Amino acid sequence: MNRENRITWINRLLLPVLNVLTAFAVTAVVFWLIDVNPLEAAEILLYGAFGYEEGIGYTIYYTTNFIFTGLAVAVAFHAGLFNIGGEGQAYIGGLGAGLAIFMLDPTLGAWLFIPASIIGALLFGALWALIPAYLQAYRGSHIVITTIMFNFLAASLMVYLMVHVLREMGQMTPQSELFPTNAWMPFVHDVAAGMGYSIEASPLNLSVLLALVCAVAVWFFLWQTRWGYAIRATGKNSTAAVYGGIKPKRVIIVAMCISGALAGLVSINELVGYQHRLVMDFHLGYGFGGIAVALMGRNHPVGIIVAALLFGTLYQGGAELAFEMSGVSRDIVVVMQGLVILFCGALEYMYRPWLIRTLAPVAQQISAAGVTV
Amino acid sequence: MKLNKLTMAIAAGAVSLTVSVAQADVNPAVVYDKAGKFDKSFNEAVYNGVKRFTADTGISVREVEPTNDAQVEQGLKKLAKRGSSPIVAVGFSQANAVSAAAQAYPDSKFTLIDMVVPEANVQNVVFRAQEGSFLVGALAAMKSETGTVGYIGAMDIPLLAVFGCGYEQGAKHINANINVLHSFIGSTGAAFANPSKGGEVARSQFESGADVVFAAAGSSGVGVIQTAADMGKLAIGVDSNQNYLQPGTVLTSMVKRVGEAAYQSYAAEQNGTWKPGFVSMGLAEGGVDWALDEHNRGLVTADMEAKVNALKAAIIAGELSVHDYMSDNTCNY
Repeated sequence: MNRENRITWINRLLLPVLNVLTAFAVTAVVFWLIDVNPLEAAEILLYGAFGYEEGIGYTIYYTTNFIFTGLAVAVAFHAGLFNIGGEGQAYIGGLGAGLAIFMLDPTLGAWLFIPASIIGALLFGALWALIPAYLQAYRGSHIVITTIMFNFLAASLMVYLMVHVLREMGQMTPQSELFPTNAWMPFVHDVAAGMGYSIEASPLNLSVLLALVCAVAVWFFLWQTRWGYAIRATGKNSTAAVYGGIKPKRVIIVAMCISGALAGLVSINELVGYQHRLVMDFHLGYGFGGIAVALMGRNHPVGIIVAALLFGTLYQGGAELAFEMSGVSRDIVVVMQGLVILFCGALEYMYRPWLIRTLAPVAQQISAAGVTV
Repeated sequence: MKLNKLTMAIAAGAVSLTVSVAQADVNPAVVYDKAGKFDKSFNEAVYNGVKRFTADTGISVREVEPTNDAQVEQGLKKLAKRGSSPIVAVGFSQANAVSAAAQAYPDSKFTLIDMVVPEANVQNVVFRAQEGSFLVGALAAMKSETGTVGYIGAMDIPLLAVFGCGYEQGAKHINANINVLHSFIGSTGAAFANPSKGGEVARSQFESGADVVFAAAGSSGVGVIQTAADMGKLAIGVDSNQNYLQPGTVLTSMVKRVGEAAYQSYAAEQNGTWKPGFVSMGLAEGGVDWALDEHNRGLVTADMEAKVNALKAAIIAGELSVHDYMSDNTCNY
C-alpha cells in the first residue's frame, strides 16, 4: 500500500514535471544553437502568454480546445481505445453546430441557439466516432486505422459541403455566411464589460466554462458511475470484464461516442465562440494535440486541464515569440512543442526507475515518522 | 555596404527620390498565409517582392507567419498596434481578419491580396487570373497535337476554378473542338504541397490523351512539371515563372505578380500615393502575364507568339472579354 502510494505520487506529479523541464532544457540548447538567448526567449514566451490581458485571453482560448480534445482522447483511452480521429470528429462537430444554427429561425434567442449548437456538435461528433466504433466492436477493424481514415473522410466531406453547399455566394473563401448574432457564444470581454469590468478583447469566450463542466462531468462519469466503471474495466482487461457482466462491444460504442462528442465541442469554442461562421480547417492540430494532452495529463481531467494549459501557453507564447524575435521562425515553435510531446509522451517513464530508487528511502523515512505521503 | 545601398537606391529611380524625405514614415509589414513564406509559390512570390523592397530601400519589413486563423487576426492587430503601415495581408483566407483589424485600427493601412473587403483603410488587390489563364490556354491549344489539353487545380475552390475556366476559354478560342480535362489534386490545403500526388494526377491526364497540362497547385505543380518532363509531354507553370524548372518541357508559365503588389503597396506609401479601394491587376496592369524566355523559346514558334500577343492586345483593348468564374460561379461563357 505504501509503495503503491509512492508510485502514484511519482507517476502523477513528479514525472510530468521532470519531463517538461527536460523538454525545456533541450529547447534551451536548440535556441542557444541558433543564436537565440534562451532566457530572453523564455521571458517573451511567458510574457506573451500571461503578461497582459489579451495574451491571457488567447492562452485560455487555446487551452479550451485542448481540454475538449484531451478529454476526448482520455475517455477512449480508459476503454483501451486509441482514438486518433479527434481531428475529424471536431471538424464534423462543427458541421453539426453550424447546421443546428442555420436550421433555426434567426430571430430566436441565445438561450435556444447556444444549447442547440452544442447538441449539434455533440451529436455529429459522436456520430462520426460511432462508425469506427461499430467497425471495431462488431467487424474487427482496428480503431486506429479507421479513426485516422475518418479524418480524411471528414476533410473531404467538409470541403465538398463548404465549396458546393454551404458557401456564401460571391465569396472566394469556402466559408458559410455569418451566424446570426443571437447564436454567438458571448466573449468573456463582453461579459466582463456587462458587469462593469473592462478587459482587453480576445477570442476567449464562455466555451471555457463548458470545457470545465465537461472536465467535471468526465471525472464523474468515469469514476462515479457504473458505465464509467464498465469502461475502465474493459480498458484494463476486457476478457475479465466479461466475467463481471460487462459487454465490451457496447462499451466500445459508448466510449467512442462520448469521445467523439467531446472532440466535437472544439467547434463551439472555435466557430460559435470566435469565428461565428463555418470555416475550413478550424480544427487543425487540436485533435492530435489532444493525444499529447491526454498522455501528459495521465488521462485524468485535472491533469488534462493542466496539460492543456501548458499547450495553450506554448501556442500563444510561441506565436508571440515568433512575432517578437526575428531569429525564431514558426517552425522552431513547432520543434519546441514536439520536444514537449517527445519527453512527456514517448519517453514518459524515462526517469521512473531512477526516481523510485532514489526516493524510496526518503519516502520510507517520512512514513516511519508517521506522516502520510 | 552603405555605398552599395546608396547606389541601389539611386538605381531604383523615381520611387527612391522621395526616400530620404518619407523614409521615416514607412513601417511596412506583411502577414503571410498559413502555408508559410517558403512555399515555393504564392507566398514566396510575395516574400520575393518584400525582399526586393528591402534591398531597394534599406527599409526592413516586419513579417508574421501565422499557423492558425486566430493568429492571423492577432498578427494583423498587433502589427497595427505597433504602428506598422501598410500591412500586406497575403491570400483570400485573411479577408475576415483584415476586416476586423481594419475596423479596430482605422488609422492603419492594410493591403489585402486576392480578396476584397469594403473598409475605408483597406486596399484590395485582386488579379484577373482568367486573363493570363486564357493566354496559356490558347497557347496550349496551338501546341496540342492530340486535341486534348489538361488543367490541374490543387483543390476545388472558386479561386482555382477561375484559372481552369480562363484556360478552357483560351483553348476553345483557338480550337472549338478541343477536349479540356479538369482534375483536382486533393480536398484540403495539403493539396498545394504534394508534388508526388500532383505528378500522379498529371500522369493520368497524359494517359487520357492530353499532351499539354496547366497546373495551378502551389508546390504540387513541381510534380506536374517533373512528370511532363519524364513522359516527354508539356506542362505550364503558375504564379512564378517556372520555365526554368524543366527547360524544354515547360511550354510557358502563367505569371501572377503578387510580389509586385506588395512592393507597389509599400512604394506607394513611401510616395504618399497609397489609396484604399479596389485594385484589379490583369494583363493591362502587368499583374498577370505569360512567360517567354530562353527556356521555352524553342517551344513557341514566332507564329504562336504573335497569335498569343494579339490575343493579349485584344484583351487589354477590351475587344475580347474573358468570363470570370467568380462573377456567377459558373463557367458558361
